[in-house]
Formats: sequence, structure tokens, C-alpha cells
Amino acid sequence: MLALAGRRLAASIPSLLIILVGMFLLLQLAPGDTVDALMAQMGGGGDAALMAELRAFYGLDLSVPARLLNYLWRLVQLDLGFSSIYGKPVATVILERLPATLLLMTASLSFAFFFGLLFGVIAARRVNRWPDTVISTLGLVFYATPSFWFGLMAIVLFSVHLQWLPAGGMESIGEGLTGIRRALDIALHFVLPTLTLGLIFLAIYLRIMRASMLEVLTLDFVRTARAKGLDETRVITRHVLRNAMLPMVTLIGLQAGTMLGGSVVVESVFSLPGLGRLAYEAVVQRDLNTLLGIVFISALLVILVNFCVDLLYAKLDPRIAKETGG
Amino acid sequence: MSAILSIEGLTVALPRGADRPHALDDVTLELRAGEILCVVGESGSGKSMTASAVMRLLPDNVALTRGRILFGGRDLAAAEEEEMRAIRGAGIAMIFQEPMTALNPLRPVGDQIGEMFRIHTDLSAEQIRARTLALLEDVRIPDPALAMRAYPHELSGGQRQRAMIAMALALSPRVLIADEPTTALDVTTQAQILSLIRDLQRRLGTAVLFITHDFGVVAEIADRVAVMQHGVVVEQGEAAAVLNSPQHPYTKALIAAVPPLAAPPPRAFSDEAILKLEGVSKTYRTGGFLGRNRRVTRAVRDVSLELPRGGTLGIVGESGSGKSTLARCVMRLIRPDTGAIRLDGTDLATQSPAQHRASARRMQMVFQDPYASLNPRRRVGELVAQGPIIHGTPREAALARAKSLFALVGLDPASTDRYPHEFSGGQRQRIGIARALALEPEVLVADEPVSALDVSVQAQVLKLLAELRQRLGLSILLITHDLRVAVQVCDLVAVMKDGEVVESGPIGRVFEAPEHPYTQSLLAAVPGREFQAARRSRL
Repeated sequence: MLALAGRRLAASIPSLLIILVGMFLLLQLAPGDTVDALMAQMGGGGDAALMAELRAFYGLDLSVPARLLNYLWRLVQLDLGFSSIYGKPVATVILERLPATLLLMTASLSFAFFFGLLFGVIAARRVNRWPDTVISTLGLVFYATPSFWFGLMAIVLFSVHLQWLPAGGMESIGEGLTGIRRALDIALHFVLPTLTLGLIFLAIYLRIMRASMLEVLTLDFVRTARAKGLDETRVITRHVLRNAMLPMVTLIGLQAGTMLGGSVVVESVFSLPGLGRLAYEAVVQRDLNTLLGIVFISALLVILVNFCVDLLYAKLDPRIAKETGG
Repeated sequence: MSAILSIEGLTVALPRGADRPHALDDVTLELRAGEILCVVGESGSGKSMTASAVMRLLPDNVALTRGRILFGGRDLAAAEEEEMRAIRGAGIAMIFQEPMTALNPLRPVGDQIGEMFRIHTDLSAEQIRARTLALLEDVRIPDPALAMRAYPHELSGGQRQRAMIAMALALSPRVLIADEPTTALDVTTQAQILSLIRDLQRRLGTAVLFITHDFGVVAEIADRVAVMQHGVVVEQGEAAAVLNSPQHPYTKALIAAVPPLAAPPPRAFSDEAILKLEGVSKTYRTGGFLGRNRRVTRAVRDVSLELPRGGTLGIVGESGSGKSTLARCVMRLIRPDTGAIRLDGTDLATQSPAQHRASARRMQMVFQDPYASLNPRRRVGELVAQGPIIHGTPREAALARAKSLFALVGLDPASTDRYPHEFSGGQRQRIGIARALALEPEVLVADEPVSALDVSVQAQVLKLLAELRQRLGLSILLITHDLRVAVQVCDLVAVMKDGEVVESGPIGRVFEAPEHPYTQSLLAAVPGREFQAARRSRL
């Protein structure tokens, strides 16, 4: 098992490198650089000597390959560089923003997975009857609705009209809450963002779970289980569920990236200080170092999620563990 | 003897639009204590439906409309679901055809057997372990302690079926329903499983309802026989009586369709070899990153064979013997590691892809599964015409030729516009043969062409192959696991075991006087051999 894990990790290094180099080169195609953005912030001007000096200071006057090599070499030393816009090391900037995104992702994923599973099972058990129709239709509605619209409507309804939940931000500022009360406060702030981001994924999981439940229910071993005298509930929980979950588990890994992308929108709508919003700001301000740092961390996150999914899959399905050698 | 299970006037309705109104029509059967009752019939005869009805595990769209199923003084047809659950497994247990898929792939075998005790008894975990182990010993599985922890994919087909039997017998049920339990197994494994079922049945006094399509198996195991056709029991009685003097025409036809285990008189064929295999080997290597868990399977080892022009060479072997790998090497679907495959003198093994495409039309293949080997989205006429069109025949001409091929293989030429699902299994296999013939090949490679078909349909398809061979001067390489199939059409036979040819020669000689011990054991394992011999001497 450990050897398997080690090999998977080793295999992800080349993909990480390709992502970074690709991203670096792609950003070279965008017009303007950090210095342009800085000058624009300072009110334009355009003192050529100052700009050249600044470029030399940030190492922007070197050739593209030289800058790429420089960047990669610093990365090997775990140095993500310095953000000229925020005036802090990139690592610090990202670390400040990481918790919000991680929390949002974990919460949305758990929410989508759990309820997708539950509703998928219910729909499959009552296939083509009214619970199935209701669940499938709602799933389609959630899937078809853009998440920013969902978020805005949720704010209008729950925050503005009903005033049950906060409209944005990560926690109430200035109340000096601590311990459990602070945790509760943060949880309250995360209810709407989690729902907004999670609903689309819930719709996907629900459909996958329903389809794979229906497929597994026709398999021979389910008939064996019934012939043993198991009741329907135990047939589902003991024999069908784990088999039907395999496609869903695969999907989590595939969608980790999509989820990070989706969090840009949700974080903007709910003004959460997360990686998604940081990425947006970094693009607008041509903060190349920060942007690359975010890409690096995001890629790491996705690889980590996929790695966990692989391990989980091997755990769930003994046939896989056997084939890959554990 | 008293009846343990009696089915009286059982009628099961099929949904509207099915090919007949009733899956079962007024079925009356009686299973007595300590006997094996064989229910025989071809696919669609309702024999499996009878078993499902007794277990009350019918598919959702069919309904039990009339009749009684008496078991232990209760009518199961009217029993509550709750009551049925208590009977399933404990009173009436069942084993299924496909040991590969009948077990949950994600849970260890021992756990699945133990589940029987967990559902129906209050035994402690420790007691359940001990009982499970004892059961696995009873069914003579090798290394029971290891098998208990193994997952289904880690066991062989025969071992899985033993585990299934252990599971079914866990609570000493009074009735065991076995639905084609040996159909998916090799002939030697089948013989072992049949004798295991027979032994356990005698020792435990269980009454067995044994469902099969194979009269050889019936002759081997049955005390009494019931023959079913289109949902109706057409004949039932003592095994010896039904087998030796069948009354109903359908029973007679079924018994006549059981292929005789004696070679027909040798035919004349040319001495010249059209296809020659010289020292063909193929080794599979799996695993391998950093050399871990590397497994090397020598699927085919140094096989040399000759197929004479106009002759039929049968390659017989059990699963894993390398016979299918050999067929794929011959078709160049995979490239052999060493050795030469000469078609009329040209070595196919070393051809370039372009050369191979040109010679591909001289050798065509008929596949095993008539359901999976035809593209369901294309009309059958197009499927047949596809090959000639690729090789440059104008479309119109190829489609016209497809029609004449349909006539040749005994199908209605007007049906070329239909889709594969509109045909029965036997008809589909005829389409597969027409497709192979469309390129006017000299050699036909048939990989298990009849093993997915009913006995009577098998006989028809084999007869067709023999006729075509005569009319078109075809040479056929026939791969099969079933000796009874080989003996019907082959001139020569090669017996394979573990990738090697252990014995080869004219089929009459190999069958009458097998030299290799493996060939002898294969022949001895054919079910119903004594019945066959008796039948032959009567004829």
C-alpha cells in the first residue's frame, strides 16, 4: 500500500512541472506586466527610467527562458517569490487565503457527496415513481442554474429578506468572538456559499449515483443476496451501495479542479477571502508571482485529492489493489 | 415418499407485448424428499422462471397469477414478504449459473457465507467463523482458511461455485434450487461439482431442484426429470424412463440433439496444408513498474499444427489452456513472440500491417458471443457488406452479395434491413458466419462458435458449418472447450493444456484411444457418457 502511494506521488511530479511551465509561458502572452500595473496604480506617469529600474529590480528584464529557470529554481527551494502588489512573500499571501478555500471545498464536497448519495439511492429505489421524478427534476434545475445567480438569489432571500444568514464575509468582524462561538459564527457564514457551490455537484453526484445504483441492482450478486433472505434495506447497504459508489469516488477526483474553478465565482459573490478571489485579483493586477503561486498550490491540491481518491478506491475495491500491487 | 415442495397449476403472466402471454402456464411439479429433480428445457422454456417463482424473486414486470407453491404446509404463492425472507436461504436455498458474478466482488468469500448465519441465526461471530470454515471444508475447497479471506476474483470458477454451494447449504435447507450451476464451468470442473452436489445431497438428504439444458448432466445426476417447453411441462417421470423412452416429440428432439460422443467416419481431405503453425509461442507479461509483482504467463508454448486444405482442425482445451490466444495469434489480432504462421506458404507472423490487411480476407473469424459481436446500431446487411466495401467492392454490389449470403446461411434474404436485436442467438451466429464468408475466405477461424447457444440450435449451426465447408471448400480452425462439439465437425483435433498441445491426431483415433492422461480425463468428465454409450449401442 505504501509503495503504491509512493509511486502515485512520484508519477504526479511531471504533471506538476508541465502545468507550471505551461502557465508561465501562457502568462507571457498576456499584455503588460507587474510594473505596468504598479505604475497604473500610482496614477500613470510613465517615467521610462523608473520603469526600467523597477523591471531590473523584479528581474523582469531577463529573457523568458531565464526567468522561467529562475522561477523553477526558486520553487525547488520552496520559495514562491515576492508579491509586488501585496508587498509580502507570495507564500504568506496564499497561506492567509488558503483556509477559506479549503473550508469551502471540503464543506461543499461533503455536502454534495452525502446528499447526492442519499438522493441518488432514494431515486433509484423508487425509479420512475414520484420521488424519482421530483429528485431528478430538481437535480436538473440545480445543474442548469448558474451558481452566481444561485448565490445572489440566496443572499436576497436568506440575508436581505429573512435576515437568517450573513450575506458575505468569512466571520463577523469586530465582535472578538473566540472558541466555539467563533466556530459557529464561521459556520453560519459558510452555509450559503457551501450550498451555492455544492448544489451543482450534488446534481451531478445524484445522477451518477442513481444510474450506477440501477445498474448494480440488476447484477447477479444482488439476486444472490435476495435469495439468501436479506431484506431490501440490507441488500442495499451491504451489497449494492459500495459497488455503486465506485464511479462516484472516481468523479470526486476528476472534479476537484472544477470545484476550485467554481470557487472563484462563489468567493466573489460572497466576498470570501479565498484563493479564488486572490487569483482574480492577481490576474487583474498582473501579479505574475502570486498567480503562479496559486496555480502551484491549486495543482498540489488537485493532485492531493486525486491521490486520496486513488487510495480510497484501492481500499474500496480489492480488485484494484491486487492489480496495481500493494 | 412425500413431497417437500409441490407446485400446483402455477401460472406466471408476462407483460403485454411479450412473445407469449404466460412465462409459465399451469406448471405442476413435485419435489420429494432426498431426490434430485431435473428441470430441462432450452432458453425461454420457463425453467429459470419456475425457480424465481418458488423463491418469489420474479422480475418486477411479471406476476404470479394463479397456482400454489406448497412448502412445509404453507402456500408460498400467498406468503407475506416477511415470511418469504425467513424461508429464502434457510428453507429453500439457491445456487446460480455464473459463479463469477453471483458473488459480491467487494467482500471476502467467508464474509458472504457468514452472512447466511448473521441473517437467520443468533450465532456469535466466533461460532460463525467456525461454521463457515467447516462449510468450506465440506465443499472440499483447497485451503479453506485462505479461501475464507479471499475475494471472489482470487478464486477460480470451480472454487467460486464451491463457495456458492457452501453458502447455499449453510443452514441445511430442505430444498436446494440449482439454476444451471455447471454451465459456465469447464468439463472437468463440471464433473467435480456435479459429484459434489450429488454427495452432499445424499449425505444431508436435501431435495434438489436442478435446472439445466444439458441432457448429459441430466443423465449424470437426475432421479426424476421434468421437460419444459414454452412455459409448459411437456413430460415428467423417472430419469431412466424419460431418457430411454421419451414420449413427447420435444423430449425426443432434445435428446436427439445431444451430440453423440463418437466420431463420424473420416472424410477425405487434401494432404496439402493450407495453414501451418510452426513453433508459435506467446508470453504475457503483466505488472512491471520497477519489476514488482511481475507475472509471466506463457499462454502458448511452441505450438506446431497443420490445417489441411478442406479439412477441419479442432483445438480443444479448458479455460486458460491458451486456445483463444492461439486463435488470436493466427488472426494476427496479437503478434506471436516466436514462430511462424504460414498461410499457403506466406508467413503471417512477420507481415507488415499493409500486407496483413491484404491477406486478412483470405482468413476470417467467427466469434463466440453472437450478442456482443454484432454492432447493435447497424443493419445486419451493412454489417455483412462492410468487409467487401472496405476491400473495394462497390456498395450496391456488396449489399446484393449480403442478400445471397443470407440465403446461403439459411436466413431470409429480405431481413438484411433489420437490426441485430431482432434476431435470435442462433440467427445471429448465422449472420456472424455470413459476415465471415462475405470476403470469400479460404480459412475460417471459429472461436467457440456455438457455446452460447442452446443444444438444438448448436446442432443446426454446426450442420451449417459442415455444409458450407463442403460447398465452398473451406478449411476450418475450430476452437472449442466442448468435446461434444469438436467430435461433430472436426477431422483432426489438438488437445491443449497450459499452452501446450498434449495430443493431436485424427479425431476418431484421439476419441477412441486417447493416449495422453489429460485427454483421457477430459473424455471421462463428459457428462452423461454412460448414457451416451448405452444409447449408441441401442442405435
